[in-house]
Amino acid sequence: MVGKNCFAIASDRRLGVQLQTIATDFQRVFKIHDKLYIGLSGLATDAQTLYQRLVFRHKLYQLREERDMKPETFASLVSAILYERRFGPYFCQPVIAGLGENDEPFICTMDCIGAKELAKDFVVSGTSSESLYGACESMYKPNMEPEELFETVSQALMASVDRDCLAGWGGHVFIVTPTEVQERVVKGRMD
Amino acid sequence: MECVMGVVGRDFAVVAADTSAVQSILVHKTDEDKVMVLDSHKLMGASGEPGDRVQFTEYIQKNLHLYQFRNTIPLSTAATANFTRGELATALRKNPYMVNVILGGYDKDAGASLYYIDYIATLHKIDKGAFGYGSYFCLSLMDKLYHPDMTVEEAVDLIDKCIKEIRLRLVVAPQNFVIKIVDKNGAREYARRDLVGDNASVDAATTVTA
Repeated sequence: MVGKNCFAIASDRRLGVQLQTIATDFQRVFKIHDKLYIGLSGLATDAQTLYQRLVFRHKLYQLREERDMKPETFASLVSAILYERRFGPYFCQPVIAGLGENDEPFICTMDCIGAKELAKDFVVSGTSSESLYGACESMYKPNMEPEELFETVSQALMASVDRDCLAGWGGHVFIVTPTEVQERVVKGRMD
Repeated sequence: MECVMGVVGRDFAVVAADTSAVQSILVHKTDEDKVMVLDSHKLMGASGEPGDRVQFTEYIQKNLHLYQFRNTIPLSTAATANFTRGELATALRKNPYMVNVILGGYDKDAGASLYYIDYIATLHKIDKGAFGYGSYFCLSLMDKLYHPDMTVEEAVDLIDKCIKEIRLRLVVAPQNFVIKIVDKNGAREYARRDLVGDNASVDAATTVTA
């Protein structure tokens, strides 16, 4: 979700195999560089493989270009990597959030074969995506400061995953501003 | 109906597995060791397709030894877990290994650690975990009774409670189990829990090979 010169990216913490919960501290949001984060919902193994491939590509980019990737560029990279596997896809739906030129927030999401969807306000993915659309739409306001953004994102996330048996067990929220990153674990219904 | 489980305690990790080798309605053997000692300080409990299980665990073990020969230092537990995940992930979309792994190890700097790696290469560092139908009974027992920094006796007691529950409640339950431990002194077999077979005594349902 986009705020005033900042963005928030959040996920739940459940690792499960259908009805069975394996762990309640699974990380789904990863840092690419200080101002770029990617959240990967879907199959955990593909999320891990994809994250490793993307970090590799970004490090190579850093070596060649001697700078960090812009979020728009990174989104195109993810899209290309996903479409490479068009007929045997990674079962992941990424959410990409970053601060671009002049620290302008950028967010986008894509499906598992790389169809990009840009938005100005918020993007969602995962098993609770329908609930998340509803919760974010009603709670979102433009130009929220980081503190208010954190509250909004946490409330929207908790409300949505509470209606989804496959998501939940707490929340992991990152608030990224041009100067700092706040990482917080949100306690929700542990069921 | 294979079960593998693991628990981390204070500076040690315990990995336990059933020891039945079953095909359809026939139990081929009741003392099949499914917890492989990878090297001096690592244990890999594996369950799944029997051929894949032996092949995959031996492959990982030999590669660990190769690394140690080449580099004179052993691979850390975390690196071993990631290597194992990498092998499973590479094979996944070609010729998958149907093997679920609980990897336990001890490193001087990191202490004891336990990793959950399922057959589609999902990797997660855990304090307690289990695979198989037995996990439906064990995981909730572990959630209730586990606490950080358990002693060896407490951890093995927890495993024993899980074994008791599996024997009682799982239809076609495996009867015999092996418990292995890894700590700063190394990886070794801690105990067998035999109800049937040559090593099971008539009165006591447990034998300790310490």
